[in-house]
Amino acid sequence: MNSSNICKKWLNSLPPIEGYLKNEQSIGREFFSEQGMPSKKDEAWRLSNFNKLNNFLSLPTIIDCEDIKSKFQSIFPEKDKNRERIIINPNRISILNINLPNGIEKLSDREIEENIGKIVKSSNIKNDISVCLNQASSSELLALKVKSNFNQSLEIVIPSIEEKSISTRIFLLIEEGAKLDLLQIFLGNNNSAQNNLTEIKLESKVELTHGLISLGEKKESSSICTLAVEQSKKSKYSLHSIHHGWDYARFEPRIIQSEGEASTIIKGLQVTKSKEQIATHSLIRFEGPNGKLDQLQKAVASEYSHCIFNGSIEVPQKAQKTEAAQLSRNLLLSKRARIDTKPELEIVADDVRCTHGATVSQLQDEELFYLLSRGIDNKHANSLLLKGYYDEVISHFPKSARKWNFIEKLMQDIKK
Amino acid sequence: MISSTSETILSIQDLHASVEEQKILNGVNLLVKEGEIHAIMGRNGSGKSTLSKVIAGHPSYKVIAGSIQFKGTDILELAPEERARIGIFLGFQYPVEIPGVSNLEFLRVATNSRRKELLKSELDTFEFEDLVKERLKIVEMDAAFLERSVNEGFSGGEKKRNEILQMALLEPVISILDETDSGLDIDALRIVASGINKLSQPNSATILITHYQRLLNEITPDFVHIMADGKIIKTGNKELAIDLEKSGYDFIDKNIKGTGMTQ
Repeated sequence: MNSSNICKKWLNSLPPIEGYLKNEQSIGREFFSEQGMPSKKDEAWRLSNFNKLNNFLSLPTIIDCEDIKSKFQSIFPEKDKNRERIIINPNRISILNINLPNGIEKLSDREIEENIGKIVKSSNIKNDISVCLNQASSSELLALKVKSNFNQSLEIVIPSIEEKSISTRIFLLIEEGAKLDLLQIFLGNNNSAQNNLTEIKLESKVELTHGLISLGEKKESSSICTLAVEQSKKSKYSLHSIHHGWDYARFEPRIIQSEGEASTIIKGLQVTKSKEQIATHSLIRFEGPNGKLDQLQKAVASEYSHCIFNGSIEVPQKAQKTEAAQLSRNLLLSKRARIDTKPELEIVADDVRCTHGATVSQLQDEELFYLLSRGIDNKHANSLLLKGYYDEVISHFPKSARKWNFIEKLMQDIKK
Repeated sequence: MISSTSETILSIQDLHASVEEQKILNGVNLLVKEGEIHAIMGRNGSGKSTLSKVIAGHPSYKVIAGSIQFKGTDILELAPEERARIGIFLGFQYPVEIPGVSNLEFLRVATNSRRKELLKSELDTFEFEDLVKERLKIVEMDAAFLERSVNEGFSGGEKKRNEILQMALLEPVISILDETDSGLDIDALRIVASGINKLSQPNSATILITHYQRLLNEITPDFVHIMADGKIIKTGNKELAIDLEKSGYDFIDKNIKGTGMTQ
């Protein structure tokens, strides 16, 4: 079946347009009726594996109670005492039946209407396929407000359903001066797909530490996730992300410093094996002066797999005295694996300091020999070196995140 | 510590080796017995470091001819980690920095690999911490270095001390110390040298590769070998090192013709 037929079939499979997201659903569905699916001609998608994308769209989107009972993963590591947990159960009604911790409230309908979709729109992406995909298919929204006195930890878990495609959408409004330690967990399932759109608005002086752990791990699991963050003045946002074990994953973090004067730290790690493809397309834009960015993207590809990184940074005229540093470091563990990395800096302002760099290398022979010469066997030496390589990203996760066993899962891939 | 009944630890015969198609070693012969300290001196490029890497089994160096026996067993077929486990230790001239790998964990894994070979029980984290703290004293090193990544941000002297710490933990049968004295100030040199002296055992041996005689003031060698053009061209005792220091390597050039003396 060609991709336009797959697209039509997918549109027909969606539940009818209804509910308070019906406007969004119409926008998304109209986009696909008119544009169809992306092709190699779309710059942002040209490296994407279209067979895998077609598989993504071929999974059924209607979820019934039976699916939730039998195919929904419901056993997770024990909840941390100091971290409230929200599990996104894609059963329509229950998504809002959550006990919220003190200091976190549901957004009112008016607040939702005022904010929904604004941040993704401000990222100004033409033919915004990932977002339209979510708009077309999401029928629920988890919309929360984190009050300004809040200083706690929150965990949002988004599991997949076997042999189904789910669509989830989250909006977080974090009020002035609040501090939030957020851990977002995406989990795959056998032959599953999930697409998520998370929008986060940081009011001024907000400090958000955002750990994102995205683990496919099961056979033929796929994920398309867009994260759109708007930062007001004097806000601090740090994102630490791991993508691993997905047959096909695409992650699009977009951060807009809407007034400048804010600080952003991004440390991302994507690890592929077998025939997996994982892509990160990041966009950071400074809409005011004195913004700061420190971005590190790491990738490790083994066997026949493919890692992609495309990192856009936009510094328009009004964003004077921006300081931005982007580094893409990549490790190729097999001759058949492939890594594509592309920094894209668009700098108009003249008084800025922006640096970028990209390296693709193999595990260093001299480092390996050093370990071997101390009696450490090859496998263990490789695993120590890889762990060291991951450390720059994984050391930023809070200790309580370890129970998701992501370090163990990352280490499973060490070549024998 | 040498006695006539001492066993041979290392026997190198007519060793020829190359790296990246370039021949570096041109017939090295060397015999090291229990309790002996050997010094190998020579100009840059004479093949000293290559010899140490070949003994340790670095994969970039190819042995073209000759043999290396460790306690009577041919080691050329052994992988570097196997050589290390049976007790061959190379102290690196330039120890590599390995970001993200904890020095403590590295030392523990290495120590346990060697202990397994010696049929000793593996040490858990707590037992190992006790051991390493005791061994740190030998090189007067601060325990804070254990918490850092392997050699990352260490000064030249700290890196060399970390090498001797590894030697202290691995208890090798033969230690080949490649320019352990380079980049050390007088105090650091004394600490490192005293560490090496403390670790010398009647049933182990040491090969010191060095440019300068100053290390040999601290550690008295039983034999001094001079390497040139990929082979040992002269062997003597401590006096040879002193002569060399006085007259420089021109002294070799004068002696090189026709006097292919070896041990």
